[in-house]
Amino acid sequence: MGLIQLGRHEKDGAPDVITGSLEKAVNWARKGSLWPMTFGLACCAIEMIAAVSSRYDMDRFGAGVFRGSPRQSDLMIVAGTVCRRMAPVIRKIYDQMPEPKYVIAMGSCATSGNIYDSYSVVQGVDRFVPVDIYVPGCPPTPEALLDGILKLQERIMQKRVFVTQPDQVKASLKV
Amino acid sequence: MHPLLQRIQQTFSVGVTGLAEWRGDAAVTVLRNMLHEVAQFLRNDPGMDFDYIVHVSSVDWPDDEERFEVVWEFYSIRKRHRIRLKTRVPESDCVVDSLTDLWKGADFMEREVFDMMGIRFRNHPDLRRILMPDDYTEGYPLRKDFPLRGKGWRDTFDFLDEVPR
Repeated sequence: MGLIQLGRHEKDGAPDVITGSLEKAVNWARKGSLWPMTFGLACCAIEMIAAVSSRYDMDRFGAGVFRGSPRQSDLMIVAGTVCRRMAPVIRKIYDQMPEPKYVIAMGSCATSGNIYDSYSVVQGVDRFVPVDIYVPGCPPTPEALLDGILKLQERIMQKRVFVTQPDQVKASLKV
Repeated sequence: MHPLLQRIQQTFSVGVTGLAEWRGDAAVTVLRNMLHEVAQFLRNDPGMDFDYIVHVSSVDWPDDEERFEVVWEFYSIRKRHRIRLKTRVPESDCVVDSLTDLWKGADFMEREVFDMMGIRFRNHPDLRRILMPDDYTEGYPLRKDFPLRGKGWRDTFDFLDEVPR
């Protein structure tokens, strides 16, 4: 964080000038306004709702503006058991989200399929969409989801914005 | 004996193969060809008056000669009594009469039985899969000889080829 420095005005010495890297500013803006998409598939959705409502208030971390459309969202929280029949729908919704986009696999089901080792349940949503953060629990408590959001924000702060990374080059060539 | 079962015993001399009562629950087992007739009696007889269909389900008995069993449960909203109706279906001729003409609510539940167990319903208005996709080809997942983890469908994501990332 040493990149951000506070400057003082030449007349009275009041602190009103900040110098820092543009990358940090962009990342700060991105992490501070994560618009999640309402994506409740099962009981995890109830905990996700609790995390947004007044007792836990996810809005404190800038992630409370739940959108009904993937086109307005930055973050997909896959909250619940993912059936194979639902998989193409989730992938389509993920593809409709604008960059930069993030995915949280909330709970054991979205992470690994949980106990549902059956013919119809996908064994982890990371089989068909890239997942940034896995939140354990069955279902995870709202605190656990908040921790996942904070971990995601830490990750966003580490991202390089203006330097293209080699794996991103590869990914962009395919699309 | 349960009064409902007594009525059924008096009304049908043939076709009813089992009358059972367990802790107040009445269950009737009928031959497949008598199913619709008995159901009609349950629906229309003023003493029976079963106007509400609770559930349709099916059981797989892999070792039995007649492998499948279809179970209907009815309730009378006015008379506040309930009954269970069962019939056996062999695997070689996996068809049973639909009761959608008597209870409209049987429609989706019979479709579910067809989807999961592969039992066909004669005279059903729209017998398609309901839970699994229409193009699902692995068979009927709730049969006892179906592998627990399926046959690979859950792990194949054909849509990914169209949208590479």
